[in-house]
Formats: sequence, structure tokens, C-alpha cells
Amino acid sequence: MIRVILPGHLRTLARVSSEVQLEIVGPVTQRSVLDALEAQFPMLRGTIRDHVTQERRPFLRFFACEEDYSLEPADAPLPDAIASGKEPLLIIGAIAGG
Amino acid sequence: MSRVRVLAGTRKGAFVLTSDGKREKWEVSGPHFAGWELYHLKGSPADPNRIYASQCSGWFGQIIQRSDDGGKTWIQPGTPPGEKNAQPAGPPKGESNKFVYDTSAQTGKPLTTHMWYDGTQHPWEFKRVWHLEPSPTDADTVYAGVEDAGLFRSTDGGQNWQELAGLRGHGTGPHWQPGAGGMCLHTVILDPSDPKRIYIAISAAGAFRTDDGGKSWKPINKGLHSQYIPDPNAEVGHCVHHVAMHPSRPGVLFMQKHWDVMRSDSAGDLWKEVSGNLPSDFGFVIDVHAHEPETIYVVPIKSDGEHFPLDGKLRVYRSKSGGNEWEALTKGLPQSNCYVNVLRDAMAVDSLDKCGVYFGTTGGQVYASADAGDNWNPIVSHLPAVLSVEVQTLP
Repeated sequence: MIRVILPGHLRTLARVSSEVQLEIVGPVTQRSVLDALEAQFPMLRGTIRDHVTQERRPFLRFFACEEDYSLEPADAPLPDAIASGKEPLLIIGAIAGG
Repeated sequence: MSRVRVLAGTRKGAFVLTSDGKREKWEVSGPHFAGWELYHLKGSPADPNRIYASQCSGWFGQIIQRSDDGGKTWIQPGTPPGEKNAQPAGPPKGESNKFVYDTSAQTGKPLTTHMWYDGTQHPWEFKRVWHLEPSPTDADTVYAGVEDAGLFRSTDGGQNWQELAGLRGHGTGPHWQPGAGGMCLHTVILDPSDPKRIYIAISAAGAFRTDDGGKSWKPINKGLHSQYIPDPNAEVGHCVHHVAMHPSRPGVLFMQKHWDVMRSDSAGDLWKEVSGNLPSDFGFVIDVHAHEPETIYVVPIKSDGEHFPLDGKLRVYRSKSGGNEWEALTKGLPQSNCYVNVLRDAMAVDSLDKCGVYFGTTGGQVYASADAGDNWNPIVSHLPAVLSVEVQTLP
């Protein structure tokens, strides 16, 4: 079971109050996590990555195990602690705007 | 007794303000979508309980929200009918909306480039929905004016959107350029007497009209004179801020341009200036009285470099002659130390007798006049900056 923590505004949009849990079959990567997240919460499509290019939106970052994975390839495996559910994947809104 | 419902979009959420026909006491609901920018909300003339809202964020992009109960609850279109995402049981099934420029061979146009601030060419990029215009006859049909400039239409209540690509692709696109707020399509006017005729306006490209339901478009900027562009009389490139029309006279248009208040009696084919005795002809809003097609309203702003009223006095100007002769309306409005702006979609009228006029400010006030502008009162005074104001007159 993969654990994902969403920014507050996306939790409101998805109507969840805490972290979400996702079942993923196969490699656990940014792409597979986001695919599973959007399948379970289709209202989040387009809010984390662009509808067409599937690129991460510029002001969002992906953190795992205290490391920034935002610039890693979308199909690169995430750490074992994420795949095992020991640690959550954090989707974070960048602190921007002053 | 009739009621009115004012829909205010702000920098940090939406507010729904309701009153009876006297328009003296108001109930305030909100913020809806707290923390998000609400560029525009508008109710369907065909079904007043149907309201569309444009919710967006620099972090999370564009969301379209829809209410089917007059703004009490909201869904993201795509949710199956009857399944509100406001209900607590189970995850919602809605989905975000998708605005993709149509580049298909069948109906689309190649995605070219437009002029950037420095004069170079820049790719077209979807950013947000500025204006939602519901059909006067079908609650499920709604148009969206977007940045970068394009016009989209949904015929299923906002669930799916298709671009009317003839506008973006009609040929002058490479000469369009962003205004300070972006290259936005901010005005959509549907001709109530001719469903195939639509007017739109883009900052800074100008006004355009289709007479065939959106397949083909023509610039309608003849008579506009803009000294800040290389050719002041160019076919496109004018910074049109807003356009208004009275539904009983769909061939008569009123325009607040960057500078200049303009009027066309020929469906936009030719414009003439009607700024007359206005203390400044710079501004953003313009609107028409609900029952008097020659009575129009503007809020003069000092200049393009100083986006606030002249002399710190917030004054609405009214012309009862369709322009040129203007009178200041000040009763109830601050007449000292007022330095707010009134943005392009932040004025509206109701259709009660007497006509109500409403506008919102970047200082968070929404002012209402229940007597066509003679007297004003703030409905609310401390909202986030107001981006848009629309009014529904309810039975």
C-alpha cells in the first residue's frame, strides 16, 4: 500500500482529510503513483501534472524520504520505503509568491 | 417578491450575496473554494439554479465548478448527476476540466505563436478561464474565454470542452499580444436574437465577431485608435478592456478600451468615441442599464500607470444618452482617500424596476445601487480583491 500526502487544497478537492492510500501493481514510480492517484481521484487530473504533456506542474514538488525527487525521471523507481508504505510520498506546493 | 443573487469572484474564493427585491439587507455565503482565485461565476439564464464558476490557482491550474442549486453546493463537472462532491460518503467522482487547443485536422487550427511582450513570438499556452458565458437557452451549453486567448464551448454542463479554433486560427493570431494581465479572452457576448452571432474581446488583440456560430471570425476594430501601438489604427492589437450590449439592441455595442470609451451602432463594424466629458477615459468596466439601452455606466480610472480613481474619489459615471454626456454618481461612494480599482468583469446590473447596479473593487468592497446609480451602499466591505461581479434576478 502506497501512502501519499497531498497539499491542503488538493485534499479539499479530493474530499479527503488525511493521507491517501493506493494499491499499485508493478514498479512504484512517480508515474505509477500519479496514475493510481488520478484513477482513484479523477478530480485531481490536471492539478498535479499537465493534462496533455503529463509534466509536473511547475509549483509542485515530490518529496520522499527527506529527498526531493521532483527532477527524477517519471519512470525511475521510488525508494523502497515508499514502495513498502513505510514512508509517504509528499506532494508539496512550492512556497512561492512572497 | 423578486430576489437578487450577486455572485462575487475574488482572489481568495467566491461569495454569494442574496437579498430580496428591496436590496437593503443582504445575506453573505462564502468563501466557496477558499484560497483559490475565482475569476468568474455566472448563472444560466435558462436555469437560474445552474451556476458555473472558474476556479484556478498558480499551483494547481484550472478547475470548473458547477452548482445546480443556486450556489449552495458545487460539483466539478464530470461527476455523475446526483453525486455531489460535497457529500461525505465515499470519494467524489468528478474530474478536473481539460482545455486543450484544437489542433486536429478536422476542426482545429495549427497551434502557432503570438507576439510576446518583447516583440518576439511565443507559443500558445493555456493558463486559465477568465469568463464563463452560459447560453441564454440551454443550461448545459456554456462558453469559456481563456488565456492564452481562445474560446471554448461545452454542451454537456462543463464536462467536456471543445475549442472554437476558427478564432485563434483565423490569421491575425501572430499579431496578438498579452496585456499586463495576460493574453486573455475576457468578454463573450451571445446575441440573443441570432444564435450564430457571438462577440468576443481579447486583451490585447481587440474585438471579434462570428456570424456562423464560431466557424469563422472577423476583427471588428475599425474606428479604434490606440496611440500605444505601432499602427494606432491597426486591424488588431488594441487593448480592449470590456464590451457590453443591451439584449434588446444586439447591434449596439459599448466598449471600454484601455483608453477611450467607444460605441458601435453597426455590430462592431465601425466604432466612434463617446468619452465626452469623462474626467478620464481609461477604465475597465462598462455596462448597460437593464431597461434603458441608452443608459451606460463606467468607472473612470486615472491612468494605465495609476490604476485607481482620480483624486481618491470613487465615482461611477452614467450617460443617459449612450455616451458623450456623462454625470458623476457619488452618493454613498467614498470621496476621499480611495485608491481601489474596479476590474473588467466586476460590474453588473439586475433587471428589477428600478434597475440595480453593482460593482466590486480590488479593496474587497461590493457596492450596490437599487436606484440605477443614484445612491450606493456597500453590501460587503472586506472581501479579498474582487475579480468579478454578476447578478441574477430571481422570481
